Amino acid sequence: MPDGLTLNKITSQKGIGISEAARRVADLGWTPSYVKEAMAFPTDYKISKAPRDPMKQVLRSYFPMQEEKDNRVYGALDAALRGDMFRNVEPRWIEWMKLFLAIIPFPEISAARSMATLGQLAPGDDLRTGFTMQMIDEFRHSTIQMNLKKWYMENYIDPAGFDITEKAFGKCYATTIGRQFGEAFLTGDAITASNIYLQVVAETAFTNTLFVAMPSEAARNGDYALPTVFLSVQSDESRHIGNGHSMLMSVLKEPDNHLLLERDIRYSFWQNHMIVDAAIGTIIEYGTKHRDKNKESYAELWHRWIFEDYYRTYLLPLEKYGIKIHHDDVHEAFDSIVKKNYVHKIAQFFSAGWWANFWRIEAMTERDFEWFESKYPGWYDEFGVWWENYAKLSKPGSVPITFADTGYVYPHRCWSSLVPCVIREDFQVDEVDGELFTYASEVDRWTHKEAFAAEYQGRPTPAMGRFTGRRQWEEVYDGWDLADAIQDMGFVRPDGKTLIAQPHLSFEEKDMWTLDHVRGHTIRSPLLALRGMTPQQRQTHIDEYRKGFKIRRV
Amino acid sequence: MTMQDTETKSAAAGAKAFPGSDSRRYNYFEPKGRKATHYEDVTVDVQPDPERYLLQNWIISFGDGTPTYSKDWTALACTDWHGFRAPDQEWERTHYQRQSTIVGMIQNVVENARRAGAPARFDKAWVTLLQNHVGAFKHAEYGLGTALMRAQRYGYTQMVNNAILTNASYKLRFAQDLTLYLAEIGSDIAGSNGGGFDLDAGKAHWLDDPIWQPCREAVEHIRAATDFLEQYFAVNLVFEPLVGELFRSGFVMQVAAAQNDFSTPSVISAAEADYERNLANAVELFALLLRDPAHGEANRAILQRWFAHHAGLAVKAALQLQPLWSLPRVKAASFVEAFDRARNRVAAIGREIGIDADLPALPPMEVGQPASAPAITDAAAE
Repeated sequence: MPDGLTLNKITSQKGIGISEAARRVADLGWTPSYVKEAMAFPTDYKISKAPRDPMKQVLRSYFPMQEEKDNRVYGALDAALRGDMFRNVEPRWIEWMKLFLAIIPFPEISAARSMATLGQLAPGDDLRTGFTMQMIDEFRHSTIQMNLKKWYMENYIDPAGFDITEKAFGKCYATTIGRQFGEAFLTGDAITASNIYLQVVAETAFTNTLFVAMPSEAARNGDYALPTVFLSVQSDESRHIGNGHSMLMSVLKEPDNHLLLERDIRYSFWQNHMIVDAAIGTIIEYGTKHRDKNKESYAELWHRWIFEDYYRTYLLPLEKYGIKIHHDDVHEAFDSIVKKNYVHKIAQFFSAGWWANFWRIEAMTERDFEWFESKYPGWYDEFGVWWENYAKLSKPGSVPITFADTGYVYPHRCWSSLVPCVIREDFQVDEVDGELFTYASEVDRWTHKEAFAAEYQGRPTPAMGRFTGRRQWEEVYDGWDLADAIQDMGFVRPDGKTLIAQPHLSFEEKDMWTLDHVRGHTIRSPLLALRGMTPQQRQTHIDEYRKGFKIRRV
Repeated sequence: MTMQDTETKSAAAGAKAFPGSDSRRYNYFEPKGRKATHYEDVTVDVQPDPERYLLQNWIISFGDGTPTYSKDWTALACTDWHGFRAPDQEWERTHYQRQSTIVGMIQNVVENARRAGAPARFDKAWVTLLQNHVGAFKHAEYGLGTALMRAQRYGYTQMVNNAILTNASYKLRFAQDLTLYLAEIGSDIAGSNGGGFDLDAGKAHWLDDPIWQPCREAVEHIRAATDFLEQYFAVNLVFEPLVGELFRSGFVMQVAAAQNDFSTPSVISAAEADYERNLANAVELFALLLRDPAHGEANRAILQRWFAHHAGLAVKAALQLQPLWSLPRVKAASFVEAFDRARNRVAAIGREIGIDADLPALPPMEVGQPASAPAITDAAAE
């Protein structure tokens, strides 16, 4: 065969170019004239400029590409089993997947639903294919993650917790935080939710820690499945980032939108930080057995992915369009991780309430201490004794650590992000509609009181969402005995008495806690207690809370 | 000694026996059959609701107080929305496999046809029909796809929403299939006979040709419906059998071969297969709603009303398409027979779910001379 001649060159037909194909496909739309479509999704934004499709891909190339990606994923899962991955995987890591994978399929499918919104709101049809692909991508992500979880359940030593996963998602104090994340994609003002919160912030910034940094840590713990699935998921995110940016460019063309954009970027960035950094920071740093001091800490990863990549190259350039960016929030978010030990305090909280989990949390050991101290100088002084106490109290029959005399003060819950108010000095209290609420920070207080309201800086915002429901888990179970609450949630193994959660990784039956071991302790809602106080008692309580605590050795 | 010192060496299933160590099935839902299918495992309960595990209820609402998901988004009611399972059992992997197979099939057929120079041998009248009328029909498919894309937001369970989502995916793919197919064969035809193939003509006919206006009106009514299940019902149980299949199977697929065209039916056949699956899903859902012990009768009345509204539009659309059957040089199919099949089809679907979907037979005069449809309108657009 002459040089340069290939079978493809001989057989292929002259086709139409990518741009022409995309243009033809976009021309499928028309403006209805018989009956107008009512705008189904509320927004306070005005959008007149049609967004452009930056990817110019059509569905006939998309489907085979995705099928090929799937083939690699499922092939790798088979290979992992043939290679006996679970013989060497770290249980400490897989246990946290019970939490992570209980949460993530819901935000994913919420993102699929939200493409209905953007598809209708975006003028013109140029970006419709982009939104269509994103809709199908998110359907992919949700079901591929449910499949991965099933795979862990079938092959990991302790399936308890995976087996109740979607039920657990609806019951757990921690998964509600993830639900705040997912519901925020598709509820309230359509542009706030689906474009800014989901695409511009969650997908453009925080999927890097979710779907890139975390899989790297998984691989270090012998888990090759999570990177296989999630790096494949992340490969779809670039399309979503493109969709989001294109839509954003349409939205900011209208000067009237700038105030709302400032509000929504602020709220979305801060809440993504609060939620994603709490969950993923903890999983990456406390779910690992890998303690190579040369690897990046979560704080370093955050600086690279969020500060450098996102803040400096994506958010900052928006200023030239007249959008006010809250630089102080970005710096404060970083400081909360490196100076205020946000992630470590969240991990402490997760371990304090281990009995209410549906996964196991193992105590940190000397090796872990060394790594933390090297990455976060001063860590041992603040958290070392806590984890030593945790290890001591991990035997059944011990007092659950929440109720032991350690000096730990069970935290208030933030009404906005639903993450506990662990940075005590930043704790805020305010009244909204005559009711008292607690917040993890000033931005969280602003989010509830000012952003999620019917008016923003004198401008009516009827489309903006509202915080609702029984937002605080502790309020639901206030006054309940621990054992009764655990049973009510269904976080009990099939024998009807052994807890799914355990404060250790022992798989010996004799080491496992049962309902009887936790009975006799009562859950209290810090918010209800605060509301019940006199103004003076309340102020004293708030002042004391902000001072924090020092852990005592038990 | 602390507990972690006693950890076992292997973390593989079966390495130890302890309470819960053999609990290797999702245990929070009732499978429809004896055992949960893979589709059920990856689909059921991913979208929770306050009656099913959502301890703290929905935690964000719209400005008017409507929660993240609401049963009020459809006039239909169901005792247990979670009872629905899509018969096609699609989840991401099967969806991509099927879509990708279709894409590959179409690509092979079209490439082979083009390599053999087939489009240049299509009958000239047929080429005009492809350009103007298959070109117009692609917009109907797109309109239904966008309606379904919006509808997939509103269902009360994951199973309902995912069935509508895959339906949207199939419709939008098919609209693109037709678009790109016509563009490609159009370049061959234009090159071979010098007559040109106007890729914009289809849209012009869709927007202005009287033949297509009732069809556009029917699609716009589906797009504008505010009840997502009305959209799903109108697409699959009314428009598709009365107009979609009528045009695709009852006309293009039967007539094309006689015009020297073997590739167009292959492209169109994918949509027919898509529809069989989407129809099965829709029939299952609406049959469930009509069987509902508490709400079945009320649901029946609503569906009957929706049927009357959308069938009226769809029948008008179908009748107006009648002149198309006269356009090909070789007349291989009859509109009367095709419409009769469509009428029987829609009646059978109605019987399947439990509504009266019998439509009157066409009076002979109407068949020959549709009141508002001019005999041929192609010349006007050329």
